[in-house]
Amino acid sequence: MARTPDLIKDKTAVVGIGQTDFGKGLPDSELSLACQAISMALDDAGIAPSEVDGLASYTLEPYREVDVARNVGLGDITWFSQVGFGGGAGCGVVGQAAMAVATGQCAVAVAWRARKRSSAASRPWAQAAARISDGGMWSRPFGVLRPVDEIALLTRRYMHEYGATRDHLANIAIAFRKHAARNPASTMGHKPMTRDDYLNARWISEPLCLFDNCLETDGGLAVVIVSAERARDLKRPPAYIHSFAQGLPPQHQTMTNYFTDDPLRGPAWTAAKRMWAIADVRPADVKVAQLYDAFSPLIILSLEGYGFCARGEGGPFTDDGGIEWPDGRLPVNTAGGGMSEAYVHGFNLILEGVRQIRGSSTAQVEGADVSLVTSGEGVPTSAVIFTKDV
Amino acid sequence: METAWVLPDVEEPTAKEFWAGCARGELLVQACDACGAWRMPPRPMCPVCRSTSVRWEKTSGRGRVWSFIVAHPPLLPAFAKEAPYNAIIVELEENPSVRFVGNLVTGPDGPIGEIDPATIAIGESVHVVFHRIDDVALPRWARD
Repeated sequence: MARTPDLIKDKTAVVGIGQTDFGKGLPDSELSLACQAISMALDDAGIAPSEVDGLASYTLEPYREVDVARNVGLGDITWFSQVGFGGGAGCGVVGQAAMAVATGQCAVAVAWRARKRSSAASRPWAQAAARISDGGMWSRPFGVLRPVDEIALLTRRYMHEYGATRDHLANIAIAFRKHAARNPASTMGHKPMTRDDYLNARWISEPLCLFDNCLETDGGLAVVIVSAERARDLKRPPAYIHSFAQGLPPQHQTMTNYFTDDPLRGPAWTAAKRMWAIADVRPADVKVAQLYDAFSPLIILSLEGYGFCARGEGGPFTDDGGIEWPDGRLPVNTAGGGMSEAYVHGFNLILEGVRQIRGSSTAQVEGADVSLVTSGEGVPTSAVIFTKDV
Repeated sequence: METAWVLPDVEEPTAKEFWAGCARGELLVQACDACGAWRMPPRPMCPVCRSTSVRWEKTSGRGRVWSFIVAHPPLLPAFAKEAPYNAIIVELEENPSVRFVGNLVTGPDGPIGEIDPATIAIGESVHVVFHRIDDVALPRWARD
């Protein structure tokens, strides 16, 4: 591969983070949650709203950027963009905002996600269209209705090919619940989970049970991104954006990736190739990772896709506390992740990745100078590496 | 009632030949009329040679189970009544990279929850059967 130019590496940093309460049935609208999160992130950064000139959000936000700008009192916006594919978008909006700052299209960018589980736009699978005319016509008429059904089909095949077991999936669910127990903002930290709890949970889509699924959460989260030079003068320790990539592999079909030669090699591999090509660090340098966990098997695929182990070894990687704080070979989802902290389309993973660099996580990894965050595997995705030093 | 089933738009231009084939009892695959490459699901352009000319070829209708799930509630009401039910992916006998999502049934009108899930095995041989709901013939699969 040709040498990748360093147009983005270490040029920007996250300097502010903000999040609302997490819950079910919060009274506030998505727009209000987004504005509150952005406002808190700006205060955290010590930057005035009038300085914001760049906006990055998910295409699934059910309102427009103009509404955010009017509410928060933003100034002249010279760059705004959105990223598609739901849970694949999180690191994409952060990374694209970083590119916009690095290339001078804006100086202060905010990126965010606000979501309500009750919102129809948040749960497209729950809406029964009269007749299916998109790609869903090849799976939904056969009862593959929900995201969990779509991923369960890949999971069964993965177990068949590589010998992964429900014990591996249990390792993941239990690890994240333990991490959530340390995090007062998590929605499930008060409920311990034993291996028996996992193995006795009701089925949702075999081989996946209730605890292989993420939560459904209302909440809003935001980050503020500025140049590395400016970041050094602000009050918070910068989380430098060392590398970033998106990933859409050949012949990929979102969520129902059953029609390629190698369906278990998903978007993570594509994003990883570019992300590591830009980076000066290797997988062995990563001290802590936040891996997108809409479903537990995505952790196994992501561990493989981002190069922490070989294909087929993602299950055993989770054995013996392999992904648990503080002693695992790679502590994963240290705030509880989408399965035990909150499911806000993976944006809470981004904030936890930043907190690990700041040293303010409730499950702080000692010496966390390289922090990986990934977005949804199984959909066109994205990933970002934060570093403490440049 | 079965009319609450989630059904394809059989008039969708890219796919209508497929669904018309199902209605005749034939499992078709879209092929590139220039280079002959098969592609599933159907689409307007051949990713191998970029031709937009297509033809439809009849398959053997035979394959092997590539993966399967057993779905439990919460589900849409029409499907919840059938739960727990299986859904499977079948790889085509003559070209295993061509796959179809379906259900394993005892015959064209067998319920999708009829077969004991504990007996379903990846790799087992199946053949297509067609189950009619309204104006749609859904390709499902029965054991050989």
